[in-house]
Amino acid sequence: MTTTTASVPAGKNRPYSGTGDRLRLWWDAQARPTQWLIGVPFIVFIAFLPVLRIPVLTTVGTDFGGVMAQFGMIALVAIGLNVVVGSAGLLDLGYVGFYAIGAYTVALLTSPDSPWNLTDQWLSQRWAWLFCVPIAIAITAISGLILGSPTLRLRGDYLAIVTLGFGEIVRLLADNLTTITQGGRGLQGVAFPYFGGTDKNPDGVFSAGNSDAPWNSGLWWFWLSIVLIVIVLLVVGNLERSRVGRAWIAIREDEDAAEIMGVPTFKFKLWAFMIGAAIGGLSGALYAGQVQFVVPTNFNVINSMFFLCAVVLGGQGNKLGVILGAFIIVYLPNFFQGRTSLFGIPIDGNDIAGYKYLFFGIALIVLMIFRPQGLFPARQKLLAYSRGLYQAARRAALGGDRATSAAAVLADGPADASSDVPGAGTKDGGDR
Amino acid sequence: MSAVLLHEAVGSVHAAIATDVIDFDSHRLFSNFWALTVEGLSYGAIYALVAVGYTLVYGVLRLINFAHSEIFMLGMFGQYAVLWGMGFLPRGNAYDEGIALTVMYIGIAMLGGMLVSGGAAVGLERVAYRPLRKRGAPSLTFLITAIGASFVLQEFVHFVLPLLTDHKFGGLNAQQPIRLVQETTVFTFFGADVTNVDLVIVVAALVLAFAVDRFVNATKFGRGIRAVAQDPVTATLMGVSRERIIMLTFLVGGLLAGAAATLYTLKIPNAVIYSGGFILGIKAFAAAVLGGIGNLRGALLGGLLLGVMELYGQAYFGPQWRDVVAFVVLVLVLLVRPTGILGESLGRARA
Amino acid sequence: MSEPNSPDSLRAGAESNEQFLSPDGSISTSEDSREQDLPDGEVIEVDVDLASVNPDLADAGTVAEIVAADREIRAEVGAPLLEMKSVTMQFGGLTALDDVSFTINRGEILGLIGPNGAGKTTAFNAMTGVYRPSSGSVEFDGRALGSIKRNEITRRGIARTFQNIRLFSDMTALENVVVGTDARHRTSVPGAILRLPRHRREEKDAIDRGMALLEFVGIGSRATHQARNLPYGDQRRLEIARALATEPKLLCLDEPAAGFNPAEKEQLQDLIRKIRDDGFTVLLIEHDMRLVMGVTDRIVVLEFGRKIAEGLPQEIAQNPAVIAAYLGVPDDATA
Repeated sequence: MTTTTASVPAGKNRPYSGTGDRLRLWWDAQARPTQWLIGVPFIVFIAFLPVLRIPVLTTVGTDFGGVMAQFGMIALVAIGLNVVVGSAGLLDLGYVGFYAIGAYTVALLTSPDSPWNLTDQWLSQRWAWLFCVPIAIAITAISGLILGSPTLRLRGDYLAIVTLGFGEIVRLLADNLTTITQGGRGLQGVAFPYFGGTDKNPDGVFSAGNSDAPWNSGLWWFWLSIVLIVIVLLVVGNLERSRVGRAWIAIREDEDAAEIMGVPTFKFKLWAFMIGAAIGGLSGALYAGQVQFVVPTNFNVINSMFFLCAVVLGGQGNKLGVILGAFIIVYLPNFFQGRTSLFGIPIDGNDIAGYKYLFFGIALIVLMIFRPQGLFPARQKLLAYSRGLYQAARRAALGGDRATSAAAVLADGPADASSDVPGAGTKDGGDR
Repeated sequence: MSAVLLHEAVGSVHAAIATDVIDFDSHRLFSNFWALTVEGLSYGAIYALVAVGYTLVYGVLRLINFAHSEIFMLGMFGQYAVLWGMGFLPRGNAYDEGIALTVMYIGIAMLGGMLVSGGAAVGLERVAYRPLRKRGAPSLTFLITAIGASFVLQEFVHFVLPLLTDHKFGGLNAQQPIRLVQETTVFTFFGADVTNVDLVIVVAALVLAFAVDRFVNATKFGRGIRAVAQDPVTATLMGVSRERIIMLTFLVGGLLAGAAATLYTLKIPNAVIYSGGFILGIKAFAAAVLGGIGNLRGALLGGLLLGVMELYGQAYFGPQWRDVVAFVVLVLVLLVRPTGILGESLGRARA
Repeated sequence: MSEPNSPDSLRAGAESNEQFLSPDGSISTSEDSREQDLPDGEVIEVDVDLASVNPDLADAGTVAEIVAADREIRAEVGAPLLEMKSVTMQFGGLTALDDVSFTINRGEILGLIGPNGAGKTTAFNAMTGVYRPSSGSVEFDGRALGSIKRNEITRRGIARTFQNIRLFSDMTALENVVVGTDARHRTSVPGAILRLPRHRREEKDAIDRGMALLEFVGIGSRATHQARNLPYGDQRRLEIARALATEPKLLCLDEPAAGFNPAEKEQLQDLIRKIRDDGFTVLLIEHDMRLVMGVTDRIVVLEFGRKIAEGLPQEIAQNPAVIAAYLGVPDDATA
């Protein structure tokens, strides 16, 4: 029998491997204030990227602010889809359906073309978008519930095809219910948040008419999505480090065993579906507001694959990784778009950008063979209030002889006392 | 506020239903019942042939070969290229070569399509799936690979094939149709016109379905397939080469997809396009699930059923609802019978 | 997910060992043989001293106290906790269990033995509500076990381990155990998002209990190890800890000694006794007669779906029917 009091074997050289791991270890070992001190400026830096317009980094063919805004939305989608696919292991191939429902909810309630338009009655155009976002979230969550409650009893493979069908049905409905959705003509004039109107931009900074780069509408939508991403990350992070997140992972790993351990698996699968759907709906609402125009072709099933691509590329289950995955799939094609030379080498950027699905396809295949865990793999932490334990482990891992003693751990506060701040568990700090 | 909303919503739904969006036209359904059935059976036969590919691979590997729709698409290009190679060029009206020669030419084109699809399926297995199997990857990994392969094959035809063939094949637009057969009515059946194309499709599909059923249920290879489907470990111990069986499974599925592709282009000559496999593939997969995935006869039954239901639904609700009907049927059937109509068991499908 | 000991994963493990240099080129050095299989260039696990995190855990008595189930059991100690009442199970024409009756009394270790195909697993499944008996009934702690959901069975107080280990291999040992405490949580999604006080209290309790459980079964130092990286014996211990985390009234161990060497079996016996002494009732399904004889209080023997004997270990060891069943007499040899 192993002795339980054994501490770290001394002299074991660097038990953690790889730069990424060491970086993560280093990061996790920092005190939370230090993490904030590094994290917040970093986010601010990212947020100001479209303003700084760093030469090579800035896109040529399309406005950089717009690209980053698109990235923000896809990042949200990826976080939501990651809850369903990455955490709970439910393969949802119709995720674009929720995105579409979110977008159409906002559009139907605020577009003058829609029979359900509220803005010409009692809802001010200025507040309409903000008013509709929660409705969009609620309706997508409910549609997740409606889709999930019959289908989540099916086995995984069936779920994939049924969700695929769902995504297609949503698009077809948008296409065919012409008296409501205008079909292929789409809905114009969707509301957007009103903020900071000036003489030059009477409709405010979020209006698509605001094109004075770099402070154009794209930048403002990017900032808005950063705020939403942070909020969603906190919510999802809190869930991950609770019985909910643990149930999801357990279901992904071995659903039967989870059920036999007393986990109400169906209930938590349904939650995963609803939460994922709600986040997708939020992103859709954002999209509708930004482009002020929705049309069914934007919600093709191929987009579902694209979203899945972001999740897989970034690393299923790692919510920071999937954000990077979203960045890659949005940014790379735009990076090449309109570029005629790179570091002095002439290239045909438009051609390269046009091949994006080819490259993503190849990337998926190669990745699955050589790095199935994605580019940025990381395991979620599933326990809140266990900072003491993990720090003990980390110090032991980093230190060899340095910081393995009880004193070192206790100096950082005992296990229970360390995180009494709501919403600020171990991983929150580590998230950024 | 919600009351206003609800009231408006109800009003609009009524408006939508009352107008041309959804028809609920039972007259159109019943007056054309037999015509719809014939048409549905000929689409269904094509779904069935493609569905066999999904079902066989699923039975043996527990894998949804998502890229199978692209194998079908390649088959369409394959037979098109063969026709081109035999000197048929796209033109407005159909060629008239006489029955015997036409059948021969179509037969050759079909062989070409089958070879392309079969080869592509085996190649796909080798390049994409085998490395994963060697690593013992989880099933989600396989599925994502399949999606990636689907992208690659589509985009290959979209971008690369035109470069390789001097822009004769592939590219953004559908190929100009090459018609060997003018669709004409051969006889009528309860007032339904049965065309030569319908006849060819159903007969060819029946022959192929019978052949594959015999192959799986009555040959040594088929026994191997069933053995691996039932219990891979024991089958291997009994001297069945799993790798060979898997390759064979992909080959058979690919060959049938190629044949289905040829039949499909008879029906819809301008369907030869890089994205042309996607929806059909989804429906064929739905058909396989409907019948009970992994179950050969289930796939055949599911295909026919889906084809017919789709047409009935189309007549009843209006043509734009055809795909919706297909998926709704699938979901409803799964809710009642979670493992499909005939249940899933390739291993136990006995002759 | 493949079980850690399935042929597939063994092969996968062997293959990834070939490329022991992790993908990013760093050397994963370790003389310690239990650190195998690092396909992802993942971290190598490090032991921690739980007592340094929670000083309470240094004392075995306190650990046992935390581990002990905190729930009401109607049955008195020594009174029947689970009763099989003439249970018959038929599958088509096959009778897997034929009029089997026995009881498990609170506080005892009951051994359920029998040759392969005797109906042990069927009995087990009938007890845990996976199957519904064709006739007869199963009563657990005064209530009949109808056809209720599997997670409900666990919530009622029957926990089990798996013959072929089924841990959540991506999780750490501690997380595995904490999953087992799920039934004790009341918080759901809203509570977790808002981090309500109840959620915090439950989480802290779960972690404390989880660490105590790991300490209790003897793998406390491995709390932060990923389950898949644990050595085989520790995985079995972890399964037991995870099952105990559900605070069961009855703990069912399904061949827990499979693949163990004699020394490990010895340790397992000690652990099972320790579990019983902590107030749990244990049902042990096992092939290994020596283990069963050594640790159980009473034994029930099944053969061909019938109960052929029941009694104290010594009695069973001398029972001619049992000896015949195990050694095989000529008449039965054909079966």
